[in-house]
Amino acid sequence: MPVPALAITSIAKSFDRPVVQGLDLTVPAGEFYALLGPNGAGKTTILRMVAGLLAPDAGTIEIFGTDVRKDPVAAKRLLAWVSDEPMVYDRLTPLEYLDFVAGLWQVDPDQARNAANDLLDILGLKPHANELCGGFSKGMLQKVALAGALIHDPRLIILDEPLTGLDAGSARQVKDVLLEKVRHGVTIIMTTHILEVAERMAQRIGVIAGGRLVAEGTLAELRARTGRESTLEEIFLELVETSSATA
Amino acid sequence: MMAQSGSLLWFARHELRLAWRDWLAMMTGGHRVRLLGFLFGGLAIYALLHLIAAAIIAPAAANGIAPDKPTLAMVTGVGLLFFSVMLSQALEAITRVYYARSDLDLILSSPASTRTLFAVRTGAVALSTAILSALLASPIINMLALFAGTHWLWAYLVLPACSALAVAIAMALTMGLFRLVGPKRTRLIAQILAAIVGAGFVIGIQAVAILSFNTYSRFALFSSPDLLAALPPPDHRLWLPARAVMGDAVSAVPVIASFLAALALAMLLFSPSYGRLAVAAASIGQSTRHRTRTGTYFTGRSQAQVLRYKEWRLLQRDPWLLSQTLMQMLYLLPPALLLWVNYGEGAGAFIVIVPVLVMASGQLAGGLAWLALSGEDAYDLVATAPIPARSVLRAKVEAVLVAVAAILAPLLALLALNSWTMALATGICSILSAASATAIQVWFRIPMRRAMFRRRQVASRAATISEAFASITWAGTGALLSVGSWVAGVTAIIALVVLGIARSLSPHRS
Repeated sequence: MPVPALAITSIAKSFDRPVVQGLDLTVPAGEFYALLGPNGAGKTTILRMVAGLLAPDAGTIEIFGTDVRKDPVAAKRLLAWVSDEPMVYDRLTPLEYLDFVAGLWQVDPDQARNAANDLLDILGLKPHANELCGGFSKGMLQKVALAGALIHDPRLIILDEPLTGLDAGSARQVKDVLLEKVRHGVTIIMTTHILEVAERMAQRIGVIAGGRLVAEGTLAELRARTGRESTLEEIFLELVETSSATA
Repeated sequence: MMAQSGSLLWFARHELRLAWRDWLAMMTGGHRVRLLGFLFGGLAIYALLHLIAAAIIAPAAANGIAPDKPTLAMVTGVGLLFFSVMLSQALEAITRVYYARSDLDLILSSPASTRTLFAVRTGAVALSTAILSALLASPIINMLALFAGTHWLWAYLVLPACSALAVAIAMALTMGLFRLVGPKRTRLIAQILAAIVGAGFVIGIQAVAILSFNTYSRFALFSSPDLLAALPPPDHRLWLPARAVMGDAVSAVPVIASFLAALALAMLLFSPSYGRLAVAAASIGQSTRHRTRTGTYFTGRSQAQVLRYKEWRLLQRDPWLLSQTLMQMLYLLPPALLLWVNYGEGAGAFIVIVPVLVMASGQLAGGLAWLALSGEDAYDLVATAPIPARSVLRAKVEAVLVAVAAILAPLLALLALNSWTMALATGICSILSAASATAIQVWFRIPMRRAMFRRRQVASRAATISEAFASITWAGTGALLSVGSWVAGVTAIIALVVLGIARSLSPHRS
């Protein structure tokens, strides 16, 4: 059996209250997986634990068979994390930012330079390559952050609401880049509140509510579960409602 | 009684409520018990300052204080010291009136009068400047009133008038900068100017004292016979403010009236353009000027080097942060001058600069360490990079200590030419001071935006206080070690105890 890109077993996390409770999740390599859930469901907490930014209270997380807690450096080599709030240095240009990220992941300088130019070109940032990021709009910053996530050729990309604040053109550019990566075998796990995006892009969808995975499958499987030909929005709302009623 | 919406009173009430809640949040950090601790601690320090002031003033006031030329010169000199601090604070605050965005977008997009808002906000700046300076000066004024006569209480009326004048000058300077360099550069220049005004006068008179009298005391100049001989007689207009402070009503009335009139005039002159300039200030983005360098800078280096170079580059690219961080270095100018003037004259005169250097290295390291550790704008990126957290920490600490060493090394070398033992003691204690400040920042690190640099003290008062105490105790150790006193061991132990307490209070203990 091939090693999954992500294997989460019984993780739990509490802050003032339990946020994630005994969650199991497996995402095979090369899949585009969308994680949906209402506000406060625990999606970002789960992804931050996967990225090694939060330590779970219990359970294990493995990225391509590497335990995130036991060997964090090896796990981090394989993944890229893009948050909804792009964290980019105001005083670096996009080219310098990509150079910095490539330096952190120890990418060969020539390879990094070529990849940076390609990414800036694809994402429409080439004309701004040598401008300081401090004056960029949120959409541009988001694209710089995404380019940073891609420059070191990660095998698993985790994106938390990557399309928030992007205009239609930029959103299309980002979606195209992500789908291209999936075609090349990269695994993508993404949270989004834009259900249409999940419906069109994701191969499988997981629905989180109250820190638990309440449903998972392809769109067709989710439809079969609700027993009628509904849109993802209708399925999502029904699942969340049922989950909160039983909680 | 309810004030009419949008009126002066309504805005004043709104501002007062926000200021009160800000202050309360800053003091309590969400815990009411802390407010009691702050109040009791503050009162204890306030009482101690009164005792120190009493010890200085009581002997001088034993035979009465006459408004003669030396007294007027001293009062004017001390007054100018206070005024430079007031002007510095007013410049900083007035810049914020134009540039701070928080609720300005909301208010500017409403039909409320921008003139009224401007009047309230500049009035608030004058009031806060007056309160702060009155608080700082009150131990001296109170003790003068106690030992030399209640007429000194007039100073409490002159101080708000002086703060009004400082705000008027600050407004005129800010407007001048808007016209001269435009809204894009005004904030940076005004803030640097504020820092230079705040430190410049102290440093200037210290420099004159060193060059003329070979002493480090900033008050030596005011009592020098040459200066007194050159100054006008006591009945001259130059001494009006000093005489006002000393309780001469005939002098006080025109001084207070003219200073308040200056503020009123400035408000009248500059309020019509406030809305337009605030909008202009909001319209400027950060500089996105093209950079010519396109070659690689970070790749091809080790991960630790990449992180160190990143810290240095970001600092080098941010003139505002650089100016804020290096501001403490201004205070190193007088010791450097003292070293220069006394080169080859023996080590005796240098003892005063040892604590200054040690203290400065601690403060500088603290600021830089905050930027590198807490002010990491791409925290998630660095945290998800394939480099152990400990290595990230080490690289950042190295970046800080190398920067501090590069700044202090020339001064230590100059000191070593005069006295190598003193240089050695200074070097050791500077390293300890810088390392202590950095360690405290490591223990108390909280991810924040770099732009929050000025508000870092608010994030953790325990870190700020322990950093200051550690720097002070290492500075004392340096001075005592330089003269070969065994008491250096005691102050070193106190410094270690301070570090121990800081560590026990900190959220990160590894």
